[in-house]
Order: sequence, then structure tokens, then C-alpha cells
Amino acid sequence: MELRKPPPVRRLTPASVVTPRPEGADAPTLPYGQTSNGNGSTNGAGAAPAQTSGFVSARRDVRPPVATIERMQVEDVSIAYGTKPAVKSVSLPIRQGEVLALIGPSGCGKTTLLRSLNRLTELTKTASLSGRITLDGVDIATLEPTALRRRVTMVFQQPNPFPMSVFDNIAYVLREQARRRPRRPALRAPVQDALARAGLLDEVADNLDHPALRLSGGQQQRLCIARALAAQPEVLLLDEPCSALDPQSTKVIEDLIVKLREEVAVVIVTHNLQQAHRIADNVAFMYLGELVEYGSATSLFANPRQQRTKDYVSGAFG
Amino acid sequence: MSAGTITAQPEPRPSPPASGPRRSAVESTASWRLTDRLGLAIAWVLGLLFCAVCAAIVIFLFIQGIRYIRPELLVTNPHVGFDQNETGGFLAPMIGTFLVAAIAIAIAGPVGVGVAVWLSEYGRPVGLARLVESTVEMLAGAPSVVLALFGILLFETHPLGFLSEINGGVVFGKSFFAAGAMLSLVALPLVVSTVREGLQAIPNHVREASYAVGKTKIATIRRVLLPAARPSVITGHMLGIGHVIGDTAIIVLLLGDTQTLQGVGHVPVWGTLRGTGSTLTSYIFDNAPTGDLNQPNKAYAAAFVLLAIILVLNLIVDVFGRRSKELLWS
Repeated sequence: MELRKPPPVRRLTPASVVTPRPEGADAPTLPYGQTSNGNGSTNGAGAAPAQTSGFVSARRDVRPPVATIERMQVEDVSIAYGTKPAVKSVSLPIRQGEVLALIGPSGCGKTTLLRSLNRLTELTKTASLSGRITLDGVDIATLEPTALRRRVTMVFQQPNPFPMSVFDNIAYVLREQARRRPRRPALRAPVQDALARAGLLDEVADNLDHPALRLSGGQQQRLCIARALAAQPEVLLLDEPCSALDPQSTKVIEDLIVKLREEVAVVIVTHNLQQAHRIADNVAFMYLGELVEYGSATSLFANPRQQRTKDYVSGAFG
Repeated sequence: MSAGTITAQPEPRPSPPASGPRRSAVESTASWRLTDRLGLAIAWVLGLLFCAVCAAIVIFLFIQGIRYIRPELLVTNPHVGFDQNETGGFLAPMIGTFLVAAIAIAIAGPVGVGVAVWLSEYGRPVGLARLVESTVEMLAGAPSVVLALFGILLFETHPLGFLSEINGGVVFGKSFFAAGAMLSLVALPLVVSTVREGLQAIPNHVREASYAVGKTKIATIRRVLLPAARPSVITGHMLGIGHVIGDTAIIVLLLGDTQTLQGVGHVPVWGTLRGTGSTLTSYIFDNAPTGDLNQPNKAYAAAFVLLAIILVLNLIVDVFGRRSKELLWS
């Protein structure tokens, strides 16, 4: 991604402007200390920023401060597939006005955690969850899954528009279950609104009737984002949304994500540390199912408190 | 797609001679072992032999058909005569073929799609799914004459008498309904397996994308999965119809094998379907040189028409088969 302005040496994230949190208070409930593998690096403030300065310089610039609203709260959640634990007692806040990036090596449980937020994990028969996840203060286990999934929608790794027209892809979400009503004229405005929010309307306005699978990969993925937004969700989950896309489309979608965080809480799983650094306000680093470190993107990349975080963001393993 | 990109390695750049025409090097079989070369040669010979045999059958039937087919054969009914010029055409068998195919696919289509959806999308309890699966497989492997035998017993029972003729309290048991119903069992396994394959080819993340905007499983099946599997549904139906119109045993044993349509009662369509008739296959069976009627010219002409119908069906299968492969998700 190209840079338009000289990189600031240190920048306050909007999140930390609006809701300032002391570094140590980010995740006080977590058993960081126990899981640390020693090295005496549990307080990483000021420790060797040289290794991570490459990311700092790539930080996306000029983002207006956004008021944050707490939408979801993950409280001591553990998830296992059969007897195999995938996520181990993770606690996190998810706020509107912020992009939360879940990073970590493959198999660290970040996608499982993401899928638990709209109870998609329940589609796997062997999955079991303990702990509590709340949406606007209500335990999501008490919500009807279909109702929950309209409030917490998701975009997947592979662009997966449905095999119908661009218009119908969005209209499908707006209609009740398998119904065909309301008809097109009534849906025109909300469909166009969803496409506009995903920044796709200008490109497809003239061919809303074209098959969605004829769009380019980047357009397909933005259509999937539009589809997820059409339900007017409070939280948008993104599971490596750019990993199948070219750099140009990736940039368009990253810009979109940064903009969308003003309207919805955004949680993104990514393998791409640079991407996490470019777009995230807060970052959660997971390793072997544990939440190793959670903090603002600037501090986590520049001054990781944990040795494992430092190793990961500096590319020592992954 | 992925297989193609993986194998598409950049060729090692050859160092061409400074002058002369540029020629790209091709892998030669000269370095192969003798057994490998022999194997390749046998594969070539067998492949060509297979093509030759198929072409011979089609060309033979084509020539015979062209020689004996007359337009009037398609529009006249068979009737009794002393000479092949007097015995009419095969309009009634053609109508019969259409009727049994329509009845059979009207039953096998919805049932087959339903079974395929259940197997692919629900399939629980697992034991029951296995049972259904092996039942379908058994049906696919059962000779149709066995199904016909069972059909005779079934349709001669009194509760099903309304589907054929009842004469003096005795159920005749032979009718378009009876033949069509048993032929649906011939088409069913093809519909089930084709639709099921089509559904299973849809990646799981597409289903999840629908659940992730709050849709139920049944809404997802109706609005996303079945439309995505439409080419497979059509292919399954065509394959099913192809097998139905090619079947002879069930027709001979369950359709009565009367030369013309013999309706029962006075209700127009219902009466015809309760009655007996013949199809192109039973017509060929009767008129073949070793058959009861021995009118080889008529048999060849009818075989030509039957073959043409099957070829058209295969063409449709081809078109939709290709369409199902393009334009979907990775």
C-alpha cells in the first residue's frame, strides 16, 4: 500500500483518544503472567521498538476520532471441538467505533473465536462453549440464532455471493426467510443503500440484474460486505476478507473497513500483520487458543508487553 | 482451477541456437521404459477400438433408420397387415414413450430431489442416512425386470385397482400408471445421485454465508442451494428420462404391450393412463427379427427415432453439465 503522508512517529489511536485506557488496564482479567514463557519481558513498555518499527511506518494515517460504544463483551470464553480445546478462557470487549483485529498463527483459535460471536460454531456438532458472550448486555445464548445473526453478520475468506443477481443477493437478506416478498420496487432503496455503504453502488448501479458471480473478486467481496450490512447489524465479523484478493482490491476494502467502524463494531481476523497494523484500532494476539495480549494497535506493535507477541510481530514465528 | 495453476510451472528456458527456426522442445517417449510405452500403446488401441465400436453401432442404426424411416410412420398408428407396407407406423408407441417418461419423472423428480436434499443437508441420524443410501444404491443395481415382477404383484391388488382396469372383480394391473410408477424407481437413483453431487459441490462457506445473515436452513436450501444446484437437477432429470425411455422389461410386463393405446372408461386422459399401450422399446422388441411380429424395417426406423431422442437428451446433459462447472465459487 502506498503512503500519502510522511509517517508520524507516534500517533494516538482514536480509541485511545475517546476512551483512554491505561496500557495495563486493557485486559486485567487475563492470566497473562501465568502463560508467559518467562524471559522477564512481561512489561514490554519501551522494550526494543526497533524490531517493529517497520509496521509503525506503515500505519494508515488521518482517521477521525470516533466515539466508541461497547457492543459485545466476551467473558472468559473457552471453546473446544470434542476434547480438543480451541479457545481458552478469552475475555475481550468489542466496541463500535473500533476495528478489532484478531491476529495469531494458524490454528490459534482466532477464527473459532470469531465464529462463536454469532454462534456459527454451533453448526459444528462437536463444538462446546463455556463462558459468556453478551450483545448489548444480553447473553447471546438466550437469543434466537437467526435473530442474533442478523445483528452480528459475517463476511468470509472466499468471496461467496449467492448464484443470483446483484440485486437479489441483497434482497435475499431483506426478505423474510424464504419469502419472495416484498417485491423489487419496495426493496430498491434499501438495496441501493447497502451497496452504497459498501462502496459498490457506483460500479454496479447499471447492472443490478447481472449475475453476482460475474463480478470481479474484489467486487464480489464488497458485495458480500454489502450483504452483511443490509441486515443493519451492530457487529460486523470479517474472517480474512482480503486473503483471496489482489492488493488493489485489498486497499479498497481496508479503506471501507476503517470507514465502517463508525457505524458498526468491526472484528477482523487476519493473517496479515501489516493489514492489522494498517486498519486496526485494537489488536488481540492469540496463540494456541490463549489470548496472549490485547491492546491498542500502536502499542501492541511498537511495544509488545509479552515476549511471544514480540516474537510474532517481529516475524520470529508465524 | 487450482490444479491447473499448480502444475503450470514456468518452463526451463531453452537456449536456442543462434540461427534457424525456433522450435520448442517437447517431452518425448523415447526415454520411457518399454512397459510404459507398451501400456500407452494398448491404451491408444483400446480407446480407438471403443470409439470404433460405438461409431459402428450409431452409423449402422443411422443408415438403417434413414433407409426405412418415412414421415408417415411418425403419424400413423400400428395396425394389422400382411406386409410391412400395410402395418402402419408407430405414433402410438411414441405417445406411449412420452407418457411413461412423463409419469415416471413426475414421481422420481420431486422424490429424488427431496431424498438428495435430505441426504446431503440433513442425513441424521447417520444410521438412517446409510440405510437410505444403500437402498438407493440397491435400486440402481436392481434389474428392471425384477422391479416389473414386483409391480405386477403390487398393481394387481384391489386398493390400487383404480390405476388400471377392473373386470369382473379382477384387477388387470397393467396400465400407464403401473408402468410409470415402477419406471420412476429406475429414474430415482439417477436423480438422487446427480442432485446430491451437485449439492455437495457447493462449498460449506456458502451455506454459512446464508446462515450468517440470519437465514434458516430451509430458507438456505430453497433460495441458495437448490438454485445453485439447478444444472445438476436438470441433468439428473434428463439422465432419469433417458433410462426410463430405454427400459423394456417393465414396459413389456406392466404396460400390457398392446399395439395402440387402449383406454379404460370414458374420462379422456385419465382413461388413457389407466389403459394399456406400448412404447418405442416394446415396439422394437416385438418387431425385431427375432420378435413376435418380425418387421425389421419398422424396428430399425423406431430404433433410429429412439436413438435420436437419447442423443438429444445427452446433449442437454452435456450443456448443463458444462454450465454447472463454470461460474461458481472456489
